[in-house]
Amino acid sequence: MPAVSTAAPSLPLPGTLYYRHTLPVRIMHWINVLAVTVLFMSGLQIFNAFPVVHFGRSAYDGTTHALEIGVRLDGNGQPHGVTSIHGKTFDTSGWLGLVRDAEGEWVASTFPPWMMLPGSQWLSMARLWHFFFAWVFALNGLAFIVYSIASRHLARDLVPDRGQWRGIGASLRDHLRLRRAHGEAATRYNVLQKLAYLVVIFVLLPLMVITGMAMSPWLNALWPGWVDLLGGRQSARALHFIVAWLLVLFALVHLFELVVNGLWNHLRAMITGRYRLPAEPSP
Amino acid sequence: MNRPFRLRRRQPRRAFLRGAAGAVSTLALAGCDNLSRSEWFPKVLGAATPLNEAVAMALGRRALAQEFDEAARSPTFRSNGTADPGTAQYAAWVQSAFATYSLDIGGLCEAPQRLTLAQLRDLPSRTQITRHDCVEGWSAIAKWKGARLAALMDAAKVEPGARYVVFYCADPMSDNPADLYYESIDMDDARHEQTILAYELNDAPLPVPNGAPLRLRVERQLGYKHAKYITGIEFVESFAKIGGGKGGYWEDQGYQWWAGI
Repeated sequence: MPAVSTAAPSLPLPGTLYYRHTLPVRIMHWINVLAVTVLFMSGLQIFNAFPVVHFGRSAYDGTTHALEIGVRLDGNGQPHGVTSIHGKTFDTSGWLGLVRDAEGEWVASTFPPWMMLPGSQWLSMARLWHFFFAWVFALNGLAFIVYSIASRHLARDLVPDRGQWRGIGASLRDHLRLRRAHGEAATRYNVLQKLAYLVVIFVLLPLMVITGMAMSPWLNALWPGWVDLLGGRQSARALHFIVAWLLVLFALVHLFELVVNGLWNHLRAMITGRYRLPAEPSP
Repeated sequence: MNRPFRLRRRQPRRAFLRGAAGAVSTLALAGCDNLSRSEWFPKVLGAATPLNEAVAMALGRRALAQEFDEAARSPTFRSNGTADPGTAQYAAWVQSAFATYSLDIGGLCEAPQRLTLAQLRDLPSRTQITRHDCVEGWSAIAKWKGARLAALMDAAKVEPGARYVVFYCADPMSDNPADLYYESIDMDDARHEQTILAYELNDAPLPVPNGAPLRLRVERQLGYKHAKYITGIEFVESFAKIGGGKGGYWEDQGYQWWAGI
């Protein structure tokens, strides 16, 4: 069954439900949500063991850390959460370095406990979660790529057609005005949406896998020097961290667009597959 | 009267949604922490560990770790974990500049050895500039010189039944003086060209904070495998009855024995 009906003659009537997402896409979407969420949260706990972003072949090469989060005592012996960006220090108490735990007590922690898995310092457990869900993510992602090519989901639904490329400016204006799509346009992804999905699926997520592997000393040794293509091992860790936050940014925009375009309608479509075509806007 | 009515009608729903979202995320987080503390769930998560090892082994067993030029070295090599074992025995060794120190080699071998630092220095050596990757996420590059473990194994005539090399260390990890750091590696890593018992760091005798007089370099694994303050080496068939039975101090605390990632 097609994931999205595109041909005008079979256009569903406004206000009626039609089949938008196939079962494999729905299953793989939610497995991915789970895996990426666990990977992000356990990743923050792993980062917490060395809360430094540094570019280079090693973390200690004589240059200043790009980012460093920690705790510092002031003149009165009071602790502060501090974040240094290229040596410039900011007080980030409550957000980074020194945060409140579930009981409201101040604790030294890179991120608030609710963002991390486990919530309090526990590197070995975070690594167990991270490496297990890395496999879930990788196998699911591989299955999605194979499926989306074989079923033509990729070619039909994700790659922008020529008309869409020409309408990229109009699409941008529609997005900025929070204008909802209707009619035939609402039955397919718009061009910015398609590009966002393609960048996430084929650039950002594979980059997470590659930069993750680049941190392994064993995989480093297989083709000596390959990590230098990423700027070195410590740069790979920095990129892993930065791309993780780009994925959070994508998730936030994705959620925002769902709210703007009908949260329940889109949520139902990704659960049951059925999407209600929006009614034509009244003048 | 319309407005308050609408507010009253809408707010509970919004508050309910907010409350529900909060409750779900709190439950999910508490649930995850309960899973982490359970007996069974970490075992499920741990299923990925042999998978990682199998894939890494399939990709290559004897590859050499990347080596760097002098300029890539870190200005100082960071000390992590124990910075000084602090025992009377260790203090006495430091006092003698390790002239009274010796390394015991035994277990499944035909020719057990006791070697002084001078004798260790006479063994075939290797010098390498490599990157040290800590499990915490930092890394540092340094130049190491040490005796090739393979040469020492040949001298000791290791028996075919030996499957692992265990390293016993001088640094106590708690108030209990018997709770000493230890580590183990397999025969592939033990005979690897870059696996050395390092006695020099950056052209100087190995400093106390970095494991004087002798530390392991096992370049394709994370830092906690690189045992410092080594006092004894044993060739064993199994490490199940040593320490906590997991093959190393940090392994007994839940870290992976194969530390290639």
